[in-house]
Amino acid sequence: MPEVRDLAEKVRSKNAGPFWVTVDIFCGSAEAFERIKNGLTTKAVAERFDTPEQLLKRFDIQSLNVVKISVPRPSVQGTISDRDMHGAGWAALVAEMQIEE
Amino acid sequence: MVRVLIPSGALGLGYDHDALERGIANKPDLIAIDGGSTDSGPSYLGRGVSKYARSSTKLEWAGLMDAARRAGCPLVIGTAGTCGAGSAVDWLVEITQEILTERGETAKIAVLKSDQPANRVVDALGANWITPLTPAPDIDAPMLESCTNIVALAGVEQITCALDTGADIVIAGRTTDTAIIAALPIAKGIDPGPAWHAAKIGECGALCATNPQSGVIQIDWEGAAFTLTPLADDARATPHTVSAHMLYENADPYLLHEPGGTLDVTEARYDALDDTRVRVTGSVWRKANGYNVKLEGARVAGYQTVVLAVVRDPHYVTNAATWAKDIIAKCTDKALQRTSATADDFTIEIRLIGQNSVLGDLETRVADPVEIGALGLVTAKTPELANEIGKLLNPYLLHHPLTREEEVPTFAFPFSPAEIDRGPVYEFCLNHVMWLDDPMDAFTLEVLDA
Repeated sequence: MPEVRDLAEKVRSKNAGPFWVTVDIFCGSAEAFERIKNGLTTKAVAERFDTPEQLLKRFDIQSLNVVKISVPRPSVQGTISDRDMHGAGWAALVAEMQIEE
Repeated sequence: MVRVLIPSGALGLGYDHDALERGIANKPDLIAIDGGSTDSGPSYLGRGVSKYARSSTKLEWAGLMDAARRAGCPLVIGTAGTCGAGSAVDWLVEITQEILTERGETAKIAVLKSDQPANRVVDALGANWITPLTPAPDIDAPMLESCTNIVALAGVEQITCALDTGADIVIAGRTTDTAIIAALPIAKGIDPGPAWHAAKIGECGALCATNPQSGVIQIDWEGAAFTLTPLADDARATPHTVSAHMLYENADPYLLHEPGGTLDVTEARYDALDDTRVRVTGSVWRKANGYNVKLEGARVAGYQTVVLAVVRDPHYVTNAATWAKDIIAKCTDKALQRTSATADDFTIEIRLIGQNSVLGDLETRVADPVEIGALGLVTAKTPELANEIGKLLNPYLLHHPLTREEEVPTFAFPFSPAEIDRGPVYEFCLNHVMWLDDPMDAFTLEVLDA
């Protein structure tokens, strides 16, 4: 099975304020967008982040061929347990997920 | 038409001088720049200081003061000094006065402060005028009183008050990134929908275009539309780059909550005017019932001492997790035995750089690194205790063997002393909004003739 990074042009993550991280998957084409949109479930992403699925926000944005998923930060930004002040490292977690086809 | 020039995403990041000159020649009504955000973490708000070097800030700010003077328009900065706390605002006011003195110039400066005394927030909490956002830490009076700084994010109303003083320069404490851009068009009668939308697209400077480093962009509002023009030679805005910017640092790409309402861009249209400019229509502002401002607060979470050791021996690289876990257990025991600390007074953590130091338990990849950095973190209730336990951790990170049978190893310390006192570490402790009768109730405005 391919991974998200094999199909997408770019996957980035960034803080959306101190309490959220948002992951933007730039699919690059309508075809990749369809495959990622359909093959990457919100449930699987929630499991990756060890976070209840109902807390995630997901936006499948066809006009940009972007799948965007926002997750409450696993650690609030800058707390003692936080490992990544700007939240950019979490992109790898999603980029390395498998696409079900 | 209303025209705002945005030199870059933040003061301190630099801007393209040729592009700025073009912007000045286009006679903007305002030059607006953001001075900060929470993005660099709670320490800046906790301490009330800027992240950027004074030298960079002064140089760039002097350039913008000159630009505004030549353009004949006001200059506004929001979230001055990274965090927008009063002390950071004062720091930029001092820099401004220094520049004016050096140039033999004078200016009228409006200083908007966003600081919230703890008792104001405590009273608001008691009166049910505080609403938590999701996710929000629990708050109570002692917690609020333990914050070293609390600020509220100003919106367009407060920035408009500051501009209405006729000031040449507005130096504002914490504001939303967008408010400093949206205030003037709204005051001049532009619909808040396109005003806020353009501000969100423009607040990071040329990040909404190609060549994002170039910084400088211009926004023109006319009727219900706005046009975005990047001004650097090789920067182009396209419907894709502009609409994609709504994704950036936003949990929701369609709805943006601001003081007094919500921007809704679900129906927005992005049209290329030519190769470089994009025109946007269809942005909607949904006015809220009542008026609230978001709060940010930071407080000391403990004091930290860190020790970095680098492990190169392949046997230890392979078994680093076991080794680190054993060190934490043994050093914790030793700290409990040899100091008066209890288990609640400190934590010891070792992050394995090269293994999972960014993602921790969420890491899924396993690799075979050449070396591993063992970053020991001691966090304690006092700086003395953190340092003392850092010193207890030092010999373990230098010499701890995996088993009793093997020869005592020695790992690489890059520094002497190996333990580094980081002082207080801060945490954000508010994700709440505070309701206000009048937008200026929680803000102060002062005008200086400097």
